[in-house]
Amino acid sequence: MSVLIYVELDNGSIKKTSLEAVAYGAKIAEKTGDKVAVLALGKADISELEKAGNYGAGKVLHAADDKLDQENSLAYADVLTQAAHQENSKIIILSKSGLGDAVAARAAAKLKAGIVSGVTGLPEINGSFKVPRGIFTGKAFATTEIKSDIKVLVVKKNAIEMDESSVRTVNADVETFSSVLRDSDFKATIVEVEKAASELSLTEASIIVSGGRGMKGPENWQPLLDLAKALGAATGCSKPVSDLDWRPHHEHIGQTGIKVAPDLYIACGISGAIQHLAGVNGSKCIVVINKDPEAPFFKAADYGIVGDLFEVLPKLTEAVKNLK
Amino acid sequence: MKILVCITNVPDTTAKISFTDNDTKLNKNGIPYIIGPYDDYALSRGVELKEQSGGTLTVLHVGEADADPQIRKALAIGADDAIRVNADPLDSYYTAAQIAHIAEQNKYDLILMGRESIDYNSGVVHGLVGEMLGIASYSPVMKLDIDGGTATISREIDGGKEILKAPLPLVLGCQEPIAEWKIPNMRGIMTARTKPLTVVEPVSLEEMTTPEKYSLPAPKGTCKMIPANEAETLIRLLQTEAKIL
Ligand SMILES: Cc1cc2nc3c(=O)[nH]c(=O)nc-3n(C[C@H](O)[C@H](O)[C@H](O)COP(=O)(O)OP(=O)(O)OC[C@H]3O[C@@H](n4cnc5c(N)ncnc54)[C@H](O)[C@@H]3O)c2cc1C
Repeated sequence: MSVLIYVELDNGSIKKTSLEAVAYGAKIAEKTGDKVAVLALGKADISELEKAGNYGAGKVLHAADDKLDQENSLAYADVLTQAAHQENSKIIILSKSGLGDAVAARAAAKLKAGIVSGVTGLPEINGSFKVPRGIFTGKAFATTEIKSDIKVLVVKKNAIEMDESSVRTVNADVETFSSVLRDSDFKATIVEVEKAASELSLTEASIIVSGGRGMKGPENWQPLLDLAKALGAATGCSKPVSDLDWRPHHEHIGQTGIKVAPDLYIACGISGAIQHLAGVNGSKCIVVINKDPEAPFFKAADYGIVGDLFEVLPKLTEAVKNLK
Repeated sequence: MKILVCITNVPDTTAKISFTDNDTKLNKNGIPYIIGPYDDYALSRGVELKEQSGGTLTVLHVGEADADPQIRKALAIGADDAIRVNADPLDSYYTAAQIAHIAEQNKYDLILMGRESIDYNSGVVHGLVGEMLGIASYSPVMKLDIDGGTATISREIDGGKEILKAPLPLVLGCQEPIAEWKIPNMRGIMTARTKPLTVVEPVSLEEMTTPEKYSLPAPKGTCKMIPANEAETLIRLLQTEAKIL
C-alpha cells in the first residue's frame, strides 16, 4: 500500500506547495507503515521529479502522455484514480489550489472516498482518522473524522513545518506510468491561456507586498513594485483595487479572491476589512502601513507603521537594498 | 436552456464566529445568514443567461428550513422555482450526492454554483457533482457565455487565466466578475411569494466524514509600532526579530 500524493508541475518541476504535500504524505506513511508514491502528469524534467525523494517519496509515477501537458482536471482525476488502484492507496493527498480541489473532487467521487479540503495539520491516527481543517475562511478550525475506507486530503500551505532537517538527500525512482485516457475528458478546446510568465505566483510566494485604495491610482504603483522587487516578493491588492482595474484580477486577495499564506505580508494602504483579512490570516507575519492609526488592519498585524505610504515605501526599499 | 443554480445558506462575511455545546456546534445566535457570495454571482449570471435564452432557472438548496428566506430571495432575483432537499448536509460528498440525485431526474444543461461555500471553503462540490453525473466541471469561472450548445468559459488558473470552449451540459463553480450581484426589486419580491418551493427528502447515504470539534485561532499578539521616520528599523526587525529576511 502507498500513500499517494498528486503533485502539480510548473515548467517541468514540482511546485513548492506540492513538495510540502509530499513531506506531509511521508509523515503519515511513517505512522501507517505505508510506502510513499507520487504522481506527476505531463511534461517534466526527470531530475526534478527525483527530488520528491528529498521529501520522503520512494517513487514517482510519471504519466508523460503529451495530452496531459495542458491542465485538464478531468483527465488528471482519471489518471490519479488509476494510480490509486495500482498502488492500492487508501490515503491520497493533494495541495490546496483550484486545480488540486478539482482533481481531488473528481477522484473522490470515482473512488467513493471521503474528502476534506483545507487541511491545516497532520492527522491523528489511532483507530480513527481525524484531521484539522480551516473553516469560515480562516476564522475557525474544525477537527473532522474521516470514516470512509479511502480518504482524500487537500492540504493547505504550512500544514506542516518544513525545515532543512526534513529534507533528505535521497532521490526517488521515477517510473513511467501508462495511463488510459478517455476521449470524454478532452471535449473542451482551450482557446487561449494568458499567463504572466515572469511573475511570481501569489500562492507560492514567501513574501507578498499588497496595495489597497490608499495607493490612490494605478499610476502610483511604482514604489510598491520597487519594494517587491527588492524583497523578491509577489504583488497583491485589495478587491476595490482590482474592481477599479488598477491591478489585474488575479492579484485580488481576500474572501472573494485568492487566499494566501506567505511568511511575510506587507499591506500598504489597505484598511483591513474582515473580507480582506480572511484571505491573509494564514500569513506568518503581517506588516501594515497606513496613515490612519485606527485602521482595523493594525489589530491583525505583527508590525505597524502609521504614516504616508508614499514616504514610507521608498525608505523600506532603500533599507532592504542596504541589507544586501 | 434548463439551468440549475445551487446556493448555500451561510453566515454573513462580517459575522463573528463562536461555538456552543462544548465546541461541537456553531453558535447561530444573532448571526445574519446570506446566500453564499459566490453562489450569488452564479445566480446573477444564471438569471442573465435565462433572460437571454428564454429558458428556465431552478434554484436548489440542500439544507434545513431556516434557509427559506434566502431561497425566497433567489426567487425574487429571478429564479422560476426552487427545490430544497430537507437535510442537514454532513459534508461535501453528501451535499454533492443530493445535488446529483436531483440533477439526474431533471437533466439540466447548466449547473451553476459558487466556487466555494464561505463556511467550509472546500471548493469541491462542483467537481464531485460533475463526476457523479459523468459530465465536465470547471472552476473558478469568471466569464461565461452560451452559444447554442457550447459554453465559452474564462477561468482563473495559477497566475493567469484560461479561455476554453466546452459542450453542454456542464457544472461550473463561479466567482466574480462573472456578473454583478442583483438586488431584488419590489415586483420580484412580490412574485417570489407565489413561486413554487418544493421540499424533498434526501437520499440516504453512508457518512463519510463528521466534524468533531471546533476551535478558534489563537489571538494575535500586540502589533509592534514603528515610527514612520524610522521605517528602516522595520527591515532590521524583520531580519533579527521575526527572522524572515
Ligand atoms: C461579500 C464581500 C466580499 C468581499 N471580498 C473582499 C475580498 O476578497 N478582498 C478585499 O480586499 N475586499 C473584499 N471586500 C471589500 C471589503 O469589505 C473592503 O471594502 C475592501 O477590502 C477595502 O479595500 P481597501 O482597504 O483597499 O480600501 P479602503 O477601505 O478604502 O482603505 C484604504 C486605506 O488606505 C489608507 N490610506 C489612504 N491613503 C493613504 C496613504 N497615503 N498612506 C497610507 N495609507 C493610506 C486609508 O487610511 C484606508 O485605511 C468584500 C466585501 C463584501 C461585502
